[in-house]
Amino acid sequence: MRWGVIVFPGSCDEQDVYDCLKRNLGQRPEFLWHKDRLKGKFDCIVLPGGFSYGDYLRCGAMARFSPIMQGVVEFAEKGGLVLGICNGFQILCEAGLLPGALVRNSSLQFVCRQVCLRVEETDSPFTCSGKKGQLLRMPVKHGEGCYYADPAALERLRKNRQILVRYADGKGRSSAAANPNGSLDHIAGICNEARNVFGLMPHPEDAGEKILGSEDGLKIFSSVIAACDKKEKKAWLG
Amino acid sequence: MARVSAKQYPQPPVNADIVASHGLSAEEYQRIVKILGREPNYTELGVFSVMWSEHCSYKSSKIHLKLLPTEGPAVLQGPGENAGIVNIGDGLVAAFKMESHNHPSFIEPYQGAATGVGGILRDIFTMGARPIASLNSLRFGGFDHPRTSYLLGGVVAGIGGYGNCVGVPTVGGELLFDECYNANILVNAFTLGIAEKKHIFKGVAKGVGNPLIYVGAKTGRDGIHGATMASESFSEESEKRRPTVQVGDPFTEKLLLEACLELMKGDCLVGIQDMGAAGLTSSAAEMAARGGTGVELDLSRVPLRERGMTPYEMLLSESQERMLLVAKKGREGEIQRIFEKWDLDAVVVGKVTRDRMFRAFFDGAEVARIPVAALTTEAPLYNRPAERPAGQDELQRLDLEKIEEPKDLGSTLKLLLESPNVACKEWVYRQYDHFVRSNTVVAPGADAAVIRIKGTEKGLALTVDGNGRYCYLDPYVGGILVVAEAARNLACVGARPLGLTDCLNFGSPERADVMWQFSQVIQGMRDGCVALGIPVVSGNVSFYNETDGVPIYPTPTVGMVGLLPKVARHVTPWFKSPGDVVALLGRNREELGGSEYLKVIHRMVKGTPPWIDLKLERAVQQSCLKAIDRGLLRSAHDISEGGLGVALAECCMGGPEKPLGARIELREMMRGDARLFGESQSRIIVSLREKDLNRLREIAAKEGAPLQVLGEVGGSHLAVHPLVRVAVEELKSAWSSGLEKRLK
Repeated sequence: MRWGVIVFPGSCDEQDVYDCLKRNLGQRPEFLWHKDRLKGKFDCIVLPGGFSYGDYLRCGAMARFSPIMQGVVEFAEKGGLVLGICNGFQILCEAGLLPGALVRNSSLQFVCRQVCLRVEETDSPFTCSGKKGQLLRMPVKHGEGCYYADPAALERLRKNRQILVRYADGKGRSSAAANPNGSLDHIAGICNEARNVFGLMPHPEDAGEKILGSEDGLKIFSSVIAACDKKEKKAWLG
Repeated sequence: MARVSAKQYPQPPVNADIVASHGLSAEEYQRIVKILGREPNYTELGVFSVMWSEHCSYKSSKIHLKLLPTEGPAVLQGPGENAGIVNIGDGLVAAFKMESHNHPSFIEPYQGAATGVGGILRDIFTMGARPIASLNSLRFGGFDHPRTSYLLGGVVAGIGGYGNCVGVPTVGGELLFDECYNANILVNAFTLGIAEKKHIFKGVAKGVGNPLIYVGAKTGRDGIHGATMASESFSEESEKRRPTVQVGDPFTEKLLLEACLELMKGDCLVGIQDMGAAGLTSSAAEMAARGGTGVELDLSRVPLRERGMTPYEMLLSESQERMLLVAKKGREGEIQRIFEKWDLDAVVVGKVTRDRMFRAFFDGAEVARIPVAALTTEAPLYNRPAERPAGQDELQRLDLEKIEEPKDLGSTLKLLLESPNVACKEWVYRQYDHFVRSNTVVAPGADAAVIRIKGTEKGLALTVDGNGRYCYLDPYVGGILVVAEAARNLACVGARPLGLTDCLNFGSPERADVMWQFSQVIQGMRDGCVALGIPVVSGNVSFYNETDGVPIYPTPTVGMVGLLPKVARHVTPWFKSPGDVVALLGRNREELGGSEYLKVIHRMVKGTPPWIDLKLERAVQQSCLKAIDRGLLRSAHDISEGGLGVALAECCMGGPEKPLGARIELREMMRGDARLFGESQSRIIVSLREKDLNRLREIAAKEGAPLQVLGEVGGSHLAVHPLVRVAVEELKSAWSSGLEKRLK
C-alpha cells in the first residue's frame, strides 16, 4: 500500500505514524513535504499531529494554505483515503473536508491521557476491521480537541452515521468523565459523507505496541490496509 | 530596517554607579582595567558583567565542583560542554543535562518556565542528539501563599506549552511545596537526547578563517542581563525585572531543531553552540576558548527584530531560539539552503581568528576587544568563606518523647496522602504530552520513567529527585541522600545508573552559612556518587535563591539516567495480583527527623535526616536489580516521603490498573508513627509470586540486604496490623484529590 505522511512545519507525530506503519505493519510510508505539490500515486494520505505553523492562529488554520493541501483536497474529492490525526483532524476541518470545528478543551487545559474509544460504525475504510461497540485504548494529547458542530450539521452526522468513534469508559459507556475535552456528543472522530476522509483526536500511532500500553491503534491502520487490499472501499464510497 | 550607527548612539561613560549597576565589584572592575590595560568602554563592561556573572562563570562554585567524580566507563563527555554524554551501546549515545530557570519563572511563570525548557532542549540538540524525553523538578511555596496557585499554574502551562509544541515528551518529574520557596520558586528542566556515537558535535571554534554563522530567530531586546539577574537576590523590586525575562517561541525552536539535525547529517559543521545565557557573547567566547582561538563578530549583520538596537544590546540579548555555528569555509551555501528550507535565518556574522581575542565590530568601528581567556577560563574564582551556622545544632535537636503519637493512624495516613507533597500529581502531568515519539513505556507517576530505544531491545530509565528539607537539616547527609534516592528509583524499575546531572539551587554565595551548606552538599553528593559508582556528567549552579535576605533550603536536585538492557523486563511500583507476597528489602528504623509526617502533622522541621549506610544502600539496590534481571519481581517501589505507610498505599492504588488491597504485619518494636511514616533510607517494597520468594531470599542474602516478608496482596483494604485498616478506595480518593482541591 502507498501511504503518504505529510510533514508540515511544526508537525510532531509524523515520525510516530511512519514508524508505526513501517515497524508494526510492514508498510512502506513516504514523507511528503508541505511546500511540495502532491505528486505520485497514494492509497492513503495521513495528516499527522503536532502544531503546524505553531498553531498561533486557530489550530490548522495556516496549514490548510500549504501548497500540498490543494492536492490533498483534489485527492479526497476523487475518493482517495485521507486520515487526519489530532492536528491533522483540525486541518481537515479548516480545509472544509470535514464538517464542524475543534475548539478549546472544556477544561481550558492541554490534556494528555489514555482514553477508550467505542467503535460506532464499521462500514468505513478506517474502522472496517473493528466490531461495532468494540473498545480501543489509545492516548489523547491536545489543547483544542473539543468537537463542535451546529445542530443541523450534528444531525446530518448522526443520520449519515459519520460518527465513527466516541469516547467511552472501560465498560463502553459514554460519560463526561470518559470524555477528555468536552466534545459534543462525545465525538472522538468523524468521517465525511463519502466516508473516505476520517479525522480523529486520539493517536492510534502511539498505541501500536504492547510495550507502549496498547496496540489497539493498529485497528485503524489495518482497517485501511484491509479496505485497500480487498478493494472493498468502493462499497462504502458509493 | 534602520540601523543605528556608532556615532548616533555614543557609548555612555563608565563610572562607579554604572559598574555597580552591572553587578561588578570594585575589585572586579580593577581587574578588568588591569587585563585591558585601560578603562573598558560601556559595551565591554556589559560583556564582562555577563561573562563574570555567577551564572556564567561559576566563580563561587568551581573550586567545590571539582570534588565531584566525573569519570566512568560509560562517560564520553563530562561537565564543561553544553551537555554530558554517556555511551549506551549499539553505536548510540545519550546526551543529557538539567538547568535551572528559577528567577525568570518567579517573575513571569509561563514564559520563564517555557524558555527554561527551550534552553535545555537546545543544549541537547546542539550536541547532535535528538531530544526524546524531558523531566522537570519544581518547588513552590505553601498553598496559603497568595501567589503559589498562580505560579504553579503558569509554570506547568509554560512547560507544557513549549515542550508539547516542540514534540518532546515530558515523561516525569517531581513537585514539592514548602514555605521556604514562597518568594523563590525552583524550576529545573531536564532533557535527554539520543545521537549516533559518530555524530556528536561540540561547542568549539576551530580553523582560523572559518565563518561564524548565526541561525534561528532574530535578535530582540528581551532577556538583556538575564544572566546578571540570575546572579542577584530577589527583593520587592524584582517585579520590575520583568523585561529581563525572555519570550519563548516553540514553533521556531522546532524548526531550529529539525534544521540543525538535518545539517548535522552532513560534514560542513565544525562547532555549534546555543545562544543561551549571555547570548551571542557567551556562545562566541566559550567556543573560542574551547578551540584555543579568537572570534571576530560583525554586529551589523546580526538579524534584528527591533529598530535601533545598540551593539551592547545585540551582544547581551538573550532572545531565544538562536544558535551560533562554526562552519567549514566555503560550505556556507549548503548551510543556508538547509535553513532556508525551514524558513530560518542563517547569516555569516563573523569568523574564527588566531589572536585569541573576542572582538566585535559595528559599522566598521571596533566596539569591543577583550582577550577570550579573560572572559572564560581566567574569569575570577572565589573561595568564599563558609561557616556552619550557630543554629544548626538546635535545628537538629528532636526529642521524640515530646511528640505525641496520633491516636488514629488511619486518618493520619489519609492526611499525608492528601498533603500536596505526597498527593497524586496527575493534574500536572496530564498537561504534558508524555506519549509523543512513541517510546514511553512507563509514563509519569512511577519511581522512574522508562523509555525504549527504538531499534534495540534497550530502554533508559530517568528520574529527578531532591529533598531540600533533608539538606537544610544536614547538608552533608542530604547530599548523599539525593544521590542514593535517585539511584534507588532507577533500581526499582530495573535500571543501572549511567550518570547524573544536577541543579544546585542555593541562597547567596556571599553568605558564609550558604557556602557551608553548598560545600557540605557537594561533599555528600561526592561520597554518594563514589560509593554507588555514578559519575556527574553535567549540571548547573543557581545561587542567589533568596528574597529579602532569606535563603531557600539548600536544594540540590539530581537527574539520573540508567540503562535497562531489556526494556521488556522493566517493573512498575504497583501491586499486580491478589496472593502475591509483599516483602521489604532493607530495614525499618525509628527515625522521624525531617519527615513529611513531622512537617504535615506536627508542623515541625527538625531533627536529623534519616541515617544512611551506603553499603546497605548498595546491597538493597543490587538485590532489587538482580531480582528484576531474573524476572522475579512483579512490583518494586522506593520508600520516600511519607514512609512505609504512604509507599504501601501507593503500591495499592497509585497505578493505572485496578486498585488492590494488602494485608501487612509490622512487628518491629517501635512507635507506630515511626513504623508507618518514618523515612528510613535504603528500603524498597517488592511484590512477587510466592514460589519466587526463596530465590529472592538467596539474592538478598548474597548481596547482604535484609529481607522481610510483610504480608500479601489482596482484599479491598490496606490493613497494616496492628496499626491501620483503611479501604483502598478511601486512600485513593484522599490521594487523588489532594492537589487539585488546593488550586484556586
